[in-house]
Amino acid sequence: MTILAIDDLRVHFDRRRTRLHAVRGVSLEVAAAECVGIVGESGSGKTQMFMAAMGLLAPGAEAAGSVRFEGTELLGAKAAALNRVRGSRLAMVFQDPMTSLTPHLTVGSQLSEVLVTHAGVSWPSAESGALRMLERVRVPEARRRLRQYPHELSGGLRQRVMIGMALLCDPALLIADEPTTALDVTVQSQVMDLLRSMRREIGMAVVLISHDLGVVAGLADRIVVMYAGRIVESGTAGDILERALHPYTAALLQCVPNLHGPRLHRMPSLPGQPPDPGTDAPGCAFAPRCAHVTQRCKAERPSLQIGPSAHAVACHYPLPA
Amino acid sequence: MTRYFLKRLAGAIPTLFIIITAAFFLMRAAPGGPFDQDQTLPPEILANLQSAYGLDRPLWVQYGRYLDALAHGDFGPSFKYKDFSVTELIGQGFPVTLELGVVALCVALTIGIPLGTFAALRHNSAADHATMAVAVIGIAVPSFVVLPFLALVFGLYLRWLPVAGWEPGSIRHLVLPVVALSLPPLATVARMTRGSMLEVLRSHFIRTAFAKGLPLHTVVLRHALRPALLPVAGYLAPAVASIMTGSLVVESMAGLPGIGRYLVQGALNRDYTLVMGMVIIYSTLLIAMGLVVDLLYLWLDPRIRFGR
Amino acid sequence: MTALHRLTANRAAVCAFAIVFLVTALAFLGPLCNPNDIETLDWAHVAAAPGRIGAHWFGTDRLGRDLYARTLEGIRVSLAVGLVASAISLVVGIAYGAVAGYLGGRADQFMMRFIEVLSGLPLIFFIIFLTVVFGRSPYLLFLAIGAVGWLTMARIVRGQTLSIRQREFIEAAVASGAGPARIIVRHVVPNLLGPVIVYATLTVPQIILFESFLSFLGLGVQEPHASLGTLIAEGAGEMESAPWILLVPGGFLACLLLCLNILGDGLRDALDVGGEI
Repeated sequence: MTILAIDDLRVHFDRRRTRLHAVRGVSLEVAAAECVGIVGESGSGKTQMFMAAMGLLAPGAEAAGSVRFEGTELLGAKAAALNRVRGSRLAMVFQDPMTSLTPHLTVGSQLSEVLVTHAGVSWPSAESGALRMLERVRVPEARRRLRQYPHELSGGLRQRVMIGMALLCDPALLIADEPTTALDVTVQSQVMDLLRSMRREIGMAVVLISHDLGVVAGLADRIVVMYAGRIVESGTAGDILERALHPYTAALLQCVPNLHGPRLHRMPSLPGQPPDPGTDAPGCAFAPRCAHVTQRCKAERPSLQIGPSAHAVACHYPLPA
Repeated sequence: MTRYFLKRLAGAIPTLFIIITAAFFLMRAAPGGPFDQDQTLPPEILANLQSAYGLDRPLWVQYGRYLDALAHGDFGPSFKYKDFSVTELIGQGFPVTLELGVVALCVALTIGIPLGTFAALRHNSAADHATMAVAVIGIAVPSFVVLPFLALVFGLYLRWLPVAGWEPGSIRHLVLPVVALSLPPLATVARMTRGSMLEVLRSHFIRTAFAKGLPLHTVVLRHALRPALLPVAGYLAPAVASIMTGSLVVESMAGLPGIGRYLVQGALNRDYTLVMGMVIIYSTLLIAMGLVVDLLYLWLDPRIRFGR
Repeated sequence: MTALHRLTANRAAVCAFAIVFLVTALAFLGPLCNPNDIETLDWAHVAAAPGRIGAHWFGTDRLGRDLYARTLEGIRVSLAVGLVASAISLVVGIAYGAVAGYLGGRADQFMMRFIEVLSGLPLIFFIIFLTVVFGRSPYLLFLAIGAVGWLTMARIVRGQTLSIRQREFIEAAVASGAGPARIIVRHVVPNLLGPVIVYATLTVPQIILFESFLSFLGLGVQEPHASLGTLIAEGAGEMESAPWILLVPGGFLACLLLCLNILGDGLRDALDVGGEI
């Protein structure tokens, strides 16, 4: 059952005299209890897509197209309708735990207010709900932490609090935007473990956004690869990781450090830069950086072709199996 | 936290002491004296007067006696208003000035902050531009121009409010002076709040608050307001200084029997004790305001509590 | 130059500039159109309303002096004081700030503390106090007024100097043997132009305001000269019977201050200088 259906979503910002395109026509579905990983470099549009869904676009940004969540259209929805869904059925965790919590309110009250707003309970019972959640996300000394301020917690703990805050109302879908990027590696794996076990417990769908394929590989059922505001490849995790069709995906895979492979003297990297979001050149956006580029690639933009087992790719010359 | 406050209090007292001492010696060291403006008096009478007021003693003795009197709440006799002591004059006028100032400050804050917030929420709309345009007028035009203009319109032409004068406990007489006095700080507070609110609304934690599905009024009042008010808290002491300054003019124009006129008159008459008394009162007020602002900072941003 | 474009696109600022220009022109050329002077007492027309009689276009005050002539003189005095005192505070502020920023370290800290302490005091009380001590004198007036504007300027200049100091071309100048004074004058100062212009424009109305305030209280410009502040003070006494004595100078003062502030704000937006208030 599809809970999130994005159809031809376009997001752009108007700056002075130029229009910057962040998302250039993306269609995507997320089924219940499914985990979809969205991979791409900065500027690929992966974050803006979901900011548009949540109604959190910066002023000056506009979204067009359709985003339906559990049947309700989110784009252009009125504030009241959006607020019924946000924080309760549809939740989001951001990448910067250090600045994402309100500095002058206690951790406990920031958790409790979610329950008070959405579940309509009183503050005292919301506080016990908050305590239970802190224990579930394995924050040590939970009772003491409730009364503390965000700056008294480490980055890893703050991210746990953020995740707990998102899960308070048993959401159907959790969007995690680079949840581990700002944390160190040991803490990263802890947070990923937490997401995995919470997902099992609650049975919710997860959208995991990251620039790091390695992070996504551990959790995702399906992976979507984005480049320059468009989807270039999507499929099951197995298909993407072992049978990548798009040269960009292959390059990304090569960039993941491998402890078991032969020892390299140089870390592989992709030459060049993603295209300027203010332009709209013809042809494939990846052409300037592609090792297999042809004339056709530069002139004609490939569309997304869906193959067996829903493995889709947007390339004129997909890589052989 | 109380330790921090006590430390600040301990720092404030020497400041006040220095101000009193500096003022005292500066006054005495200056050429001329309080009796110069009177018609030339025969030297014996002048000597008697000086002796009666203790002006013939060595400076150190005078200083000591002054401090001693201060400790007992006695500011000394006024040299010009011969029937009154400075303490009495202050006692008569201070409540009026205090009332005027406090009301003006409250008006500036209770209207300025919501106005600035409103403008920030309606950023770049007609309402925003209109509010900011009015704010510029408030900042640019001095209170001694605003007050007469208001008095003419509302007092003489419309006859809604009295033009000037004062009765104890009267509100009507306070309206125009308060409006004129509060306008500049109100405008500044509105502009500051707007700018600060716009910045805070771009913060990550506000994005989180919206993502939690909190309604707009909760996000603004519970999450955005306190950080946005930090610069306004910093402006409180200058605002009080501005109101104190403005009250000198407003009191005389509106015929309010406050202490402002004593300061000016005392200056023109070279009435030592009166001016000293005024300086002490005003300095104490300002220093007290500084302490209040410190306390306010602690409440607004808990991170400061821990000295970060 | 895009800054100029931005400024001219700002209609409010352009209007404000035009008004300031017109008022200044009126203040200097106006008396040529009118036979009255600032001192003559016209006993026949005491406290007369504005009109054509006796060429008293703005009316007369309670001593029969022509208000047109007096108001225009008031504008001239206020503008003159504003500009001269601004220039003085500009020079002092820039010098102080540039030196503090250049020296850095303890000297800078000490100099900035001094400014902080001064900023906290309500200047008017200080001035009044000095008046008690030293009596009224024109020197005191200029000292007082100059004391208003230089603080902010010094702060701004010091901030800019600190940041410029780090840049490479300063190192190059030092390496080539230039002394500190030379560096300050030839390298640091030209880079400060933007913020300085903005704050200078905003300082003028501040100073005019302060001077009017002092004059209003009787501590400023002395008889027979009058600044707008003195005129307003006179008018305040006659408010109920002859409101124009107050409204005319008051209106001009408000207009001048408003337009100068708008112009300053416009300059600040055009030159993209940040800052509160």
